[in-house]
Amino acid sequence: MEGELAHIGAGLAAIGSGAAAIGVGNVAGNFLAGALRNPSAAASQTATLFIGIAFAEALGIFAFLVSLLLMFAV
Amino acid sequence: MATETHGDEGGLVFHPMDQFIIKPLFGGGALPGDGSGGGTGVGLFTITNSTFWMFLAIVCVVLLMVVGTSKRAIVPSRSQSIAELAYGFVYKMVEDVAGKEGLKYFPYIMTLFLFIVFANFLGLIPTSFTTTSHFAVTVVLAMAVFLTVTILGFVKNGAGFLSLFWVASAPLALRPILAVIELISYFVRPVSHSIRLAGNVMAGHAVIKVFAGFAAIAAISPLSVVAITAMYGLEVLVSFIQAYVFTILTCVYLKDALHPHH
Repeated sequence: MEGELAHIGAGLAAIGSGAAAIGVGNVAGNFLAGALRNPSAAASQTATLFIGIAFAEALGIFAFLVSLLLMFAV
Repeated sequence: MATETHGDEGGLVFHPMDQFIIKPLFGGGALPGDGSGGGTGVGLFTITNSTFWMFLAIVCVVLLMVVGTSKRAIVPSRSQSIAELAYGFVYKMVEDVAGKEGLKYFPYIMTLFLFIVFANFLGLIPTSFTTTSHFAVTVVLAMAVFLTVTILGFVKNGAGFLSLFWVASAPLALRPILAVIELISYFVRPVSHSIRLAGNVMAGHAVIKVFAGFAAIAAISPLSVVAITAMYGLEVLVSFIQAYVFTILTCVYLKDALHPHH
C-alpha cells in the first residue's frame, strides 16, 4: 500500500514539470517580446535569458527529483 | 535503485533508469567493502564505468586543446578552430559576466566548461555512460565552485564579503529579514547548481530511453524513429546549454565574490 501511495505522489510531483514549463515559456516569451521591440539590445541580454531559464527550470528539475526519490528511494 | 531484472511483470523489457547503474570495469560482483552478501562490487577506489568515461572526457579535452592546437597554424585546422572558438566563447563569457578582474580565474572556468561539455557529449554516444547524470559527480563540481568562491570572497574583501547578505539599498527594518533570505539562498546555491545539471542530463537520457522503447514498433509506426531522432537532437542542445548554464552561473557567483556590494 505504501509503495502505491508513493507512486501516486510521484505522479503528483510531475505536475511541477508542467509548472516549470510555464515558467520557462514566460521567460523566453517575454525575452522575445522585448527583443522584437529593440533588436539591437537583444544580443547583450542572451546571457541573462539563459540564467533566467536556468533558474525557472531548476525548480521543475527539483520536482522531477522528488518523483524519482518517491519511485526508487522510498 | 533499479535492478537488471525486468520484463517478467509485463512492462518494458528494459528499464529507462538501468543506463545509470554504476558497474565495476574489472572483476566480478564481489563486494570489497563489508563482509556480508548483496554488494554491487563498487568500493571507494574501484575503477567503474563512471571513472572510465570521466577519464575519456579528460582525454578528449587534452586532445582538443593540446594536440589540436599544437601546430599553431595561421589558417587553423578544424580541431584548432574548434579549440579557438571554445576559448573565445568562454573568455568573452567570463569578461562579460565577471568583469576584467574575473579573467584571472578564467582557466578554472574554462576547465569546468570543457569537462562538462565533453562529459555530456560523450554520454550521448549510444550505450555509453553519462558521468554528469550522477549527483556524486556534479555535487563535487558545484561544491568546488562554492568553496572556491566563498574563500575567494573572504580573501579578497575580508569581512566586507558579508555585505553580500546586508542589502544596503533596502529599508533598515527589512534588512535583517533580507539577510536571512540572502543567507539561505547563498547556501542553497551548490544544491541547485549541481542538481540542475545532473537532473537535466538524467531526465533527458531517461526520456531518450523511453522513446527508444517506442522505436520497437517502428514497423507499424515509422514516426517513432522520427521522434527519437528529434529527441536526440534536443538532447544535444540541452547538453551544451547545461554546460553553458553551469559555467555562466559560476561566473555570476565569482562576480558576487569579487564585488559583494549590491
